Amino acid sequence: MNVDLDCRGLLCPLPVIKLAKTLPTVAVGDTVTVLADDPAAATDIPAWCRMRSQELVSAAENQYVVRRLS
Amino acid sequence: MSERTYLDAASAEPMHPAAREMLLSAVDSGWADPVRLHHEGRTARLLLDNARAVLADAVGVRPDELYLTTSGTAAIQAGLTAVRAARSRVGATIVHSAVEHSAVLHTAGEAAAEVGVDRLGRVELAAFTDTVRRPGVAVAALQSANHEVGTRQPIEAAAEAAGDVPLFVDASASLGHDVVPAGWSVLAASAHKWGGPAGVGLLAVKKGTRIAPAWPMDEREDGLSPGFPNVPNALAAAAALQARLAEALELDRHHRAWIDEVRSRVAADIPDVEVVGDADDRLPHILTFSCLYVDGEALVTALDAEGFAVSSGSACTSSTLRPSHVLAAMGVLTHGNVRVSLGRDTTHEEVQRFCAVLPGLVQRIRAEVGM
Repeated sequence: MNVDLDCRGLLCPLPVIKLAKTLPTVAVGDTVTVLADDPAAATDIPAWCRMRSQELVSAAENQYVVRRLS
Repeated sequence: MSERTYLDAASAEPMHPAAREMLLSAVDSGWADPVRLHHEGRTARLLLDNARAVLADAVGVRPDELYLTTSGTAAIQAGLTAVRAARSRVGATIVHSAVEHSAVLHTAGEAAAEVGVDRLGRVELAAFTDTVRRPGVAVAALQSANHEVGTRQPIEAAAEAAGDVPLFVDASASLGHDVVPAGWSVLAASAHKWGGPAGVGLLAVKKGTRIAPAWPMDEREDGLSPGFPNVPNALAAAAALQARLAEALELDRHHRAWIDEVRSRVAADIPDVEVVGDADDRLPHILTFSCLYVDGEALVTALDAEGFAVSSGSACTSSTLRPSHVLAAMGVLTHGNVRVSLGRDTTHEEVQRFCAVLPGLVQRIRAEVGM
């Protein structure tokens, strides 16, 4: 299962806040795909995954796939 | 007006009292043109020579190896450009770390070879070594320590790796605050970072380092900084650095201990915070941390309302759309970022008050976005 999260046009820290609120709504092992064009997201979404021990599956072209690990 | 606590010394410090006193007297005595042969000109020349001698001594070069520029940024631009031009037969590439001051990045331009840093902000030495030994490298630029996160760079090892390639060290964040390691060929710094006036940069070029300045060599400062010199400001800058170095040991001891205290209290008292930069091998007076889910501008503004002046590398501070290139290169959280930097007047009570007030503000800003 994957849930899409459109954060295009939102500035930091909003994409990360939305990701943090959405990930607990999917099952462990499922993914959230974040669309974000704020330049800060390129650093902050990977950093969030590291800090919260979630898996960054991929990050490319304003699209970030995050898997819920816990 | 509430009581103010200024914790942004790395951006600017009030002028050192020794510099202020010197400036006021030098405005009256050092206004003439130091290249003229009359009494007034010779007086100005004597004062300028004194300033140059003091600054040269402070960075460990001879006076004729020390040039005065109109800012640290101008020193970086003029110095890097002049070394690159002198080595044009070798190549035009400027190797630099990803966390250099923007003046280095802009000067390097298209001919840059950027070397990444680790999570602490320290240059990847193996990659630096590999890059600097490639053909076509004119000069390698590495800061003495990072201005945003405080992490020191391995200057001596980098100089060894660079071999015949001149090493350009931007010491702006360190000079007056921390020991600047040996091994560089060219060094740049900025007076307002050590309590001197704005508008004074210094550029030290060790003998044997070839330079080809953009302006004719018979221009002032050998063409590295043409135009009428600001003698009073140069004297004030020298007085500030001399006074600052005399205080350096005591300030270092206080600042190191207080930054350690902020580091551990921020990490303990605020959940979901990332304290960044090296905990030990660092500048004495700088600490940076990022708070998850917090708008950097909102936090700076909330702290300001409580009387605290800090800076932020977050893009959410409105002056820029992009986050700090330093934080991005380190791969650490860029939003909710705060840089605390201590000045010579900072007290322990101020630092403690900051630590006490901060957690409540972070909590309030998070609550506003439902976190």
